[in-house]
Amino acid sequence: MHNLSAKYLRQDALPYIFCPGCGDGQVLNATIRAIDDLGIREDIAAVSGIGCSGWIPVYLDIDVIHAIHGRAIPFAEGLKLSQPKKKVIVFTGDGDCVGIGGNHFIHAARRNIDLTVVMVNNYIYGMTGGQKAPTTPLKATTKTSPYGNAERTFDVSQLAISAGATYVARWSTAYPVQLEKAIKKGIEHNGFSFIEVMTQCPIQTGRNILKERDPWKMMQWYKENSTIAKKGQEPEAGKILLGELQAQEVPEFTQLLAEVRREFTVEDNN
Amino acid sequence: MKITIDSRYCKGCNVCIDVCPKKVFESSNSRSNAGYLMPEVAHAESCINCALCERLCPDTCINVEKEGA
Repeated sequence: MHNLSAKYLRQDALPYIFCPGCGDGQVLNATIRAIDDLGIREDIAAVSGIGCSGWIPVYLDIDVIHAIHGRAIPFAEGLKLSQPKKKVIVFTGDGDCVGIGGNHFIHAARRNIDLTVVMVNNYIYGMTGGQKAPTTPLKATTKTSPYGNAERTFDVSQLAISAGATYVARWSTAYPVQLEKAIKKGIEHNGFSFIEVMTQCPIQTGRNILKERDPWKMMQWYKENSTIAKKGQEPEAGKILLGELQAQEVPEFTQLLAEVRREFTVEDNN
Repeated sequence: MKITIDSRYCKGCNVCIDVCPKKVFESSNSRSNAGYLMPEVAHAESCINCALCERLCPDTCINVEKEGA
């Protein structure tokens, strides 16, 4: 057992329920390192939805809410508004975030509330047996699209940028150092931070979409089929665009709300 | 380098064998209590402490430490 894991994980809950080679454990690993680097164990709280990704923060020995399906972000917003000093980090999956909780997600991004949303994107509903998700690639075969998926794919990072998220980054599990830095930056950023992680699901994505069940080969597939965004350069077409896609400073929701309340109270007294 | 693999939590996904640039790990025939085929530390002397195995182990069961530290 790694030293940091021994320090930050609930020992009685181990081992993880994740399948062998699952990327969720690697995301948790990067998060532990980010929390340790920032030294904010007492000030952080985690919220998660339903799905394999919902189990990521459950093992962390911090304040955790395991919320209902698709509604991780509303729970986190409530927590943030009642405890504005807490750093709230949300773990969610692609089906949980944009499939079932899509409306909550875009409105949280619009408000620019100070949350860090880590979305684990494995292209499929993994826990329930490999059904088609909004992020499933075009013409991919899954359990619920046995002749190929006829629906176009959501580019969730672009959706977050359009909806008004102020920090957006996308990495895959093949880039663990960059992922850790992005999570760190997202926690430090004052505003809605969205980090999309392309992860391997060796069981469902491996069997249905990529036809490759070795976790390392799947990570290599993500590495080969992605390109890193560089300023002033056109990204290669047809590849997953990785990197820091958005970083800007915009007034944050909890502060604006406090300001509006203060102004209202002053007028009331007059 | 002192490299340990925790047999309580390892699930035998073999990511560490593939990720190591110095080929420190090798697959073995020994099974953990949960029944997974465990990797073994075969060439600890060639480890350069890049800690990629630590970072990419999905079950965080690898620990790399300098000997005597």
